[in-house]
Amino acid sequence: MHTGRGILKPKLREQLRPAFLAVIWLTLLTGCVFPLGLFALGRLLFPDRASGSLVTRGGIVIGSEFIGQNFSRPEYFQPRPSAAGAGYDGTASGGTNLGPLNPKLIESVRHLAEDYRKRNGLAPDATVPIDAVTASGSGLDPDISPANAQLQVARIARARGLSEEAVRRLVADYTQGPQLGFMGSFRVSVLGLNLALDRAAPLPSH
Amino acid sequence: MHWLEDFVFVAIVVGLARPVGLYLVRVFERKHTFLDSALRPAESLLHRLLGVHSDQEMSPRLYTLCFLLFSALSTLGLFLLLLVQHWLPGGPGDRYLTTPMTAHLAANTAISFSTTTTWQAYAGETTLRYLTQLIGLVSQNFLAGAAGLAVGIAFIRGFARENSNTIGNFWVDLVRALLWVLLPLGGVGSLLLVWQGVPLNLAPYTQAHTLEGGVQTIAQGPVAALEFIKNLGTNGGGFFNANGAHPYENPTPLVNFLGLLAIGVLPASLTITFGRMAGRSRAGWVLLAVMVVLFVGGLALCDFAESAAPPQLARLRVSGGNMEGKEVRFGIGSSALAAVVTSNGATGSYNSMHDSYQPAGVLVPLVNMLLGEVIFGGLGTGLFSMVMIALVAVFLGGLMVGRTPEYLGKKITAAETKLAVLYAVLTPGVVLVLTAVALATNAGRAGLVTNTGARGFTEVIFAYASSMANNGQSMAGLNANSVFYNVTTAVAMLAGRFALAALALALAGRFAAQRRLRTTVGTLPSDSVTFGVLLLGTVLLIAALSFLPALALGPIAEALQH
Repeated sequence: MHTGRGILKPKLREQLRPAFLAVIWLTLLTGCVFPLGLFALGRLLFPDRASGSLVTRGGIVIGSEFIGQNFSRPEYFQPRPSAAGAGYDGTASGGTNLGPLNPKLIESVRHLAEDYRKRNGLAPDATVPIDAVTASGSGLDPDISPANAQLQVARIARARGLSEEAVRRLVADYTQGPQLGFMGSFRVSVLGLNLALDRAAPLPSH
Repeated sequence: MHWLEDFVFVAIVVGLARPVGLYLVRVFERKHTFLDSALRPAESLLHRLLGVHSDQEMSPRLYTLCFLLFSALSTLGLFLLLLVQHWLPGGPGDRYLTTPMTAHLAANTAISFSTTTTWQAYAGETTLRYLTQLIGLVSQNFLAGAAGLAVGIAFIRGFARENSNTIGNFWVDLVRALLWVLLPLGGVGSLLLVWQGVPLNLAPYTQAHTLEGGVQTIAQGPVAALEFIKNLGTNGGGFFNANGAHPYENPTPLVNFLGLLAIGVLPASLTITFGRMAGRSRAGWVLLAVMVVLFVGGLALCDFAESAAPPQLARLRVSGGNMEGKEVRFGIGSSALAAVVTSNGATGSYNSMHDSYQPAGVLVPLVNMLLGEVIFGGLGTGLFSMVMIALVAVFLGGLMVGRTPEYLGKKITAAETKLAVLYAVLTPGVVLVLTAVALATNAGRAGLVTNTGARGFTEVIFAYASSMANNGQSMAGLNANSVFYNVTTAVAMLAGRFALAALALALAGRFAAQRRLRTTVGTLPSDSVTFGVLLLGTVLLIAALSFLPALALGPIAEALQH
């Protein structure tokens, strides 16, 4: 038999004390000390990130770098459809959860695609990039695909009085490739791009 | 191009398996490690506080009872905290907490987090106070994860020891798992996440004045404190409703990749820990190789299904792979990789909505969970799931060639076979019975608020497979916050965590008491390619025998409707 070590009597009652104390002390360690230490370091090293990477303009918080927001005016690049609340509700993240055969999904995509073509002056049988007509998982997707952005360039240029070339350059500036060259996808940050548009050709209301 | 990310992921997991696996051997055999000077004093202090004598050993029975007792008290503590959480100070304000914390939701949530399932019948941003997430959920992500690792190590000791009637001390293993593994890795990982943009604050929800003149309220919170440990402990419950799809939980592809490594590396490395402690290193590599083959197969199918243009949408002249429920920054590639890793790794932290996956795309995560997550699997628990199937494989192999079944020098007699078979039939038993009950009752069918037909069936079996496998991911179209689902999923979570662990530890106890047989010409070698193929076949055979009829009613029926 295994030797050199004490063997505990199989009495559950004697284990009640360590069990109770383990829950208390280890909860304190992992649920209080750990987060407090992390807060101290995280807020010291990356205060802006810890606060949610908020974006300000003229001293006013206009959103977060990572959280998509609604744009419906023709002068702005438009984000993906959103199932978060009434659309881009930052307190109600989520997707549609519609299955691929669900008639609601197919009807919704049909409408969104027709709408997208009309809005961007495309032919009625033009192919539409899928991210433009499907909802993201979070409903707060901050990005669109480069193909989606390209199809909106002509509309933006017209509405802003900019050359298509100038808008295309801005799109290129706000397009990111896969991180470190191999993680994730090509994407265009909608909020960053729209802020740049406002700087390049301010709207009359601003 | 997204195969490159998949390849790098597998390469890192396999590359780290040996160093990490051997580090775990040193930690749990209490040999010297480079962290000792800092951690030994902390360990001594905790032993004193808990009244634990580190040289005392437990029988398998007592080890199991301590694991149960610790989990029961954790569940009770979390349940009480959830019931009183609306009196806790701090954000988010009451007007955002619109989901009432009913007793059945609190019980379901408490069981869910103390079993590492972290199934969530609620949405984080509309239900929980920041302090509940920190004190209640962050702590259970650590503690339940560490308890699972401890049980996995105790199971390994069954093969490592001979003529022994003990398998370690639960409290010593628990403390070691926390101090030497989860806390240091969790600390470094969480900081990396803050650097990449995961928030860490207790601020009120932000009122942003959008460019078009609207007001957008943005949920905040100490997200980074939960985000990394939820993956490292193979828990997976998100801070927000959308879990890993939420840009605050998973702001960049790098955060996503780190999270997937956190899920996969430790469970994969435990195969090497197992081989080394059992004195048969090659047997550990065989288990890992079988896992990698199954992983790559599942990933290829899921990625292929999601990358193809959905036929219903292609008809509407929409181009590209299935992006419904997926985020642009992840695209198809990182989404499918996350679906497969999280469903293998007992971690529900998906970054895309599985309910909107194609039939073959959702089949892969479902089968991964129904298999009992033998590919990498839950922290500690995944290893014994795979070894249990190895025992069945040994038994079948023994029948075929007429040799005495034995595995790593331990004899598989009738008693051991019974325990392994009981283990193998428990998951189909619980999952299929509960699915049948849900579909046969109005209360069960009331959950199908989004999809119907074959997809609705898949949602229900997915919920129970996820609960039983202590995974926690859902096809979120199912409305699961009802008395019926809160009770039945809790039953599956308890069976999946405690019944399976009790069987595994009972078996470990029997093996520890045996002496180790010498390898002879009559031994069926368990560290050869042949055995790997036999094991692979057994995994697929058990899955097919147990679940093919059920799968035919769900994803397979749906695929035929295309």
